[in-house]
Amino acid sequence: MQTIDLATQPLRELNATLQAQAEQTNATQWEVHNPRGAHAIAVGLDAPIDVTVRGSTGYYCGGMNKQATIHVTGSAGPGVAENMMSGTVVIDGDASQYAGATGRGGLLVIKGNASSRCGISMKGIDIVVQGNIGHMSAFMGQAGNLVVCGDAGDALGDSLYEARLFVRGSVKSLGADCIEKEMRPEHLEILRDLLARAGIDAKPEEFRRYGSARKLYNFDIDNAAAY
Amino acid sequence: MCGIVGLFLKDKSLEPQLGAMLTDMLITMTDRGPDSAGIAVYGAGAGGRTKMTVQSAQAEQDFATLAEDLSAALGVQVTQRVVDTHAVLDLPADRAEDARAALTDLRPGLRVMSDGERIEIFKEVGLPKDVASRFSLSAMQGSHGIGHTRMATESAVTTQGAHPFSTGADQCLVHNGSLSNHNSLRRKLRAAGMRIESQNDTEVGAAYLSWRMREGATLGKALESSIDDLDGFFTFVVGTKDGFGVVRDPIACKPAVMAETDQYVAFGSEYRALVNLPGIDAARVWEPEPATVYFWSH
Repeated sequence: MQTIDLATQPLRELNATLQAQAEQTNATQWEVHNPRGAHAIAVGLDAPIDVTVRGSTGYYCGGMNKQATIHVTGSAGPGVAENMMSGTVVIDGDASQYAGATGRGGLLVIKGNASSRCGISMKGIDIVVQGNIGHMSAFMGQAGNLVVCGDAGDALGDSLYEARLFVRGSVKSLGADCIEKEMRPEHLEILRDLLARAGIDAKPEEFRRYGSARKLYNFDIDNAAAY
Repeated sequence: MCGIVGLFLKDKSLEPQLGAMLTDMLITMTDRGPDSAGIAVYGAGAGGRTKMTVQSAQAEQDFATLAEDLSAALGVQVTQRVVDTHAVLDLPADRAEDARAALTDLRPGLRVMSDGERIEIFKEVGLPKDVASRFSLSAMQGSHGIGHTRMATESAVTTQGAHPFSTGADQCLVHNGSLSNHNSLRRKLRAAGMRIESQNDTEVGAAYLSWRMREGATLGKALESSIDDLDGFFTFVVGTKDGFGVVRDPIACKPAVMAETDQYVAFGSEYRALVNLPGIDAARVWEPEPATVYFWSH
């Protein structure tokens, strides 16, 4: 176990050290102490290492992550796991706005609630939220899955492309071109797998699926004047 | 950008440390707003008396005989306490409007920052740590206070453009965001008799709330109607003589974190601002909901 204490070591040193870990590194277990809400903790990692952050983080924790597993024991500020490529980010507490924004791959698990714009413009990331999510979540989501065990706020999936949205609780309102869709066996399978990987005990059958009505993003010659 | 901090103490034993706690929070928010900084502190007050905080670019000259001159003009006893570029005048509450009028004649360069039984506002251009040190903010005591670090967008980097803004007795407002209908609203509020002195959007927000309260709304109701009537982005923190409120616009893109323990309610634009507060690890920490009014009072 390697420990980096941000009370005594600079943030740049932490990130440079973690970013320098090679694919075959033997130092696979890391702990970060005293994050105290600092920004950009454990960003740009690209090695199969486990990083546990003991406390709460500020903006952009785990951004651009590849391969690494990052676990925050507190809450995360805006833009956690933004543009993640692969790997896993787990937040024990809540996440602030635009969690997992533009993420291309990997798994983001939020054990508490996520606030507004969760998964905005998601492009392949899987996001599992145990609590609720705020308004405008999955706005313009292109690919990937957003699973919400609690409730969703206003305008869920506005201007959605092909991201899949699964919500167990209520949805305050659906955004433009987002509709409820039939839950087929393949969707239950995707959901079962995501819930299992996120370590959340919930029945896939209790969720509803939402997706794009595909009216907004397909070019329609009858609407040519509007483009 | 801009940074906001706020602290409302439930535990009276912390009151001597209010300034120190708020100053630490304020300086942490320097990189959200390095242009200017300001603080409103609600300290001790005496019934029937008003504290009028004034600011001058020529403090030494303007403040030299200010209390004597104002006493003579009003025919009542006025005392003053000079704090760097600011002075706090103590006068009978029912003479506050007369004092404002007299000051316009006596010291045309003077700006009134606030008046009220308990409020004092100190704000200047410069790094938060420098502003804090000029005014010895960390030594200030009180039951609640609000601080702001400014990164200007809507008006010039001047003392007048710095926050907090006060547009009513014991009321103040700080703002992160920008209002887009402030010009038309300024005209309407001025026509309704509100005093608005700068080109700043936030001052209009403050005057809007003061106007609603003047028309009989509670602070909570005034904040609720601001969600409908103000166009733009805002996270507001407001102070009154005995209370402290928070509201965010429905889009809520301007950050906000709150923490509550048995001893205090705290606000920060970021969690970083709260990490040195006592008992923060065990505090209830949450992000205030969009378009929702939060309010605490003594």
